[in-house]
Amino acid sequence: MEALIRWLVDTFPPLSEALARLIVYVLYSGVLAFVAPVLIVVAYTYMERKVLARIQDRVGPNRAGPLGVLQGFADAVKMLTKEDVTPACADRVVFNLAPVLATVAAILVFAVLPVAPGVIGADLQAGVLYVVAIGALGEVAALMAGWSSDNKFALLGAFRAVAQLIAYEIPIVLAILAVVLAAGSMQLGAIVAAQDIPFALVLPVAFLVLLVASIAEIGRSPFDLLEAESEIVAGYHVEYSGMKFAFFFIGEYMHLFASAGVITTLFLGGWRGPLASSDSLLGVLLGFIYFVVKTTAVIWIMMWVRGTLFRIRIDHLLDFAWKFLVPLGLILVVAVAVALKLPAVNSPALRWIALLGANVIAALLMMIVISLLARRSRSAALRAVAGAD
Amino acid sequence: MAIPLSWWLTVAAALFAIGLYGVLSRRNAIGVLLGIELMLNAANINLVAFWRFITPQALTGQVFAIFVIGIAAAEAAAGLAIIISAYRRRRTVVVDELDTMRW
Amino acid sequence: MAIEQALQIFVFVILTLMTLGGGLAVVTSRNLFHAALSLILSLAGVVGYYVLLDAGFLAIVQLLIYIGAISILILFSIMLTRGLMTPRQVQRNEQWWIAALVVFLTFVVLIVALWQMVWPIADDEALRTPNVAISQLGEALVGPYAIPFEIISVLLLVALVGAIVLARETENNQGSHAEAGSSE
Repeated sequence: MEALIRWLVDTFPPLSEALARLIVYVLYSGVLAFVAPVLIVVAYTYMERKVLARIQDRVGPNRAGPLGVLQGFADAVKMLTKEDVTPACADRVVFNLAPVLATVAAILVFAVLPVAPGVIGADLQAGVLYVVAIGALGEVAALMAGWSSDNKFALLGAFRAVAQLIAYEIPIVLAILAVVLAAGSMQLGAIVAAQDIPFALVLPVAFLVLLVASIAEIGRSPFDLLEAESEIVAGYHVEYSGMKFAFFFIGEYMHLFASAGVITTLFLGGWRGPLASSDSLLGVLLGFIYFVVKTTAVIWIMMWVRGTLFRIRIDHLLDFAWKFLVPLGLILVVAVAVALKLPAVNSPALRWIALLGANVIAALLMMIVISLLARRSRSAALRAVAGAD
Repeated sequence: MAIPLSWWLTVAAALFAIGLYGVLSRRNAIGVLLGIELMLNAANINLVAFWRFITPQALTGQVFAIFVIGIAAAEAAAGLAIIISAYRRRRTVVVDELDTMRW
Repeated sequence: MAIEQALQIFVFVILTLMTLGGGLAVVTSRNLFHAALSLILSLAGVVGYYVLLDAGFLAIVQLLIYIGAISILILFSIMLTRGLMTPRQVQRNEQWWIAALVVFLTFVVLIVALWQMVWPIADDEALRTPNVAISQLGEALVGPYAIPFEIISVLLLVALVGAIVLARETENNQGSHAEAGSSE
């Protein structure tokens, strides 16, 4: 980005540096806000259908265009030509604002994602914290949509959504905290720079916690209770149709891509890969390709999970967050902090080993505690059965 | 800085006044709580503005703003728990009707 | 430089409209849910103020805690404490005009006082470079401000436990809860 600004100033002398900077950043945010959502939605809905079809032994979309690649556009046209219904008793202003807020919240995350070497909207000092904070806007959008629709299923969906999102935000923060400790910075650019070995290899437990919690945070199966069709129709967006529903849909896929992008940045080395550098245009492009490929791999894992597992029950969902992921995250953060401060850890190689050791210890500790607790509750259940007899 | 300190203080004073009005005039306990949040935010704007204009090298202003935010979180959690508890027992959150200490 | 200053003033005016307009809606709206949403608008304006005042970390903390936690808590409790379909009741008490008078007088006193005061503003050099790194802030929190920081932590813990104890349904008031119908 800096290189682009310099190039602009050199090629068009009347431009001052401040003006060139302004132009570049306005263009970049324009791309993020208007071009990226369309591309992402079209590409990943197609991918999702094909992957799910493959898992379910079907062919998937194959009519619109070669191999059905134009299916996304066909869906978009269908969506836009539908009637836009607003329920009679709905709270109009809030009802119309909610889908916009949902989309905006998903797009705002991209402002701090380093998508290629040197290409980042704003490398905030507290970039990681910003990612977490923006997630909260999505919760507000879900509550607004659920409340303003004046529909009991929508309201139930909103309650579920907020309970789930708040519960899974904590393991996300804890997993990210482990990364921040390992990288020694909250700046996303610095975290990418710190990953000589991708953190997924040295912090596998944190990676898994973040992956699982992210799936819950974006409300995908098996954690799609907020829109469980068979229980509460469609959750907080039952009453939405046409363009407003399209906004929720775009927001959902943007959120999916943003979450996978955050996981890529924090754990898979972001844009890093052979020959990717900010020196040449080719290096930047390669970095961008690495980023997209890694992100798509993460999304593919999420789709695979969706095609494989069934939806879990609401109480199991909350228990899983509060009784498993949160304690695991807490143990992990303590273990990582202790491992990094051990006096014996004085070379980079030892640091990586210490981090890996901390993860293994945390995982083992959690497994032992869980198995003890499970045995106790199992024997209690057996005793109860015996007593009943 | 294009905006002088006194503008910031004026805005903060206005926000504080609005919050105070909310606290004094609302019948609903949650409405009172909303007013308190506004007043705390006004105080925070003042703290940060003073930090920025008077002691930009010291950290006191920012640190205290963080403390205020922490206290606001504690206050909201405890206050809302009290309101919900009162609502369960008395079926009302109108402050004028919550006038017995024990029944 | 002139462009930048004009831009700053423009942003300041917009943020002020957001903050004060949202604030006014918070205290005057008849619909409590709208009041809480206006609170979010107002707090978002304050986030912008912090960015304008070069306190980026505080802006993010404000976003995370106020908008992400406190507002959602408030929205939740509004939904829990009043029937959703009830007619909009009067939200002002009978003394609202006294309150308005008192508030107006307070405001006037504050304004007069702060415009007459001469503030010991730091020199230009210091004003230009207020960049506080987050690491400095973190060190301050566990260094000179360690004791207040720990007290806040304990306070938060106490509030957390207290909130759970207060809001949890005990066995004996479950009956009255069931009678009153579905509030939760």
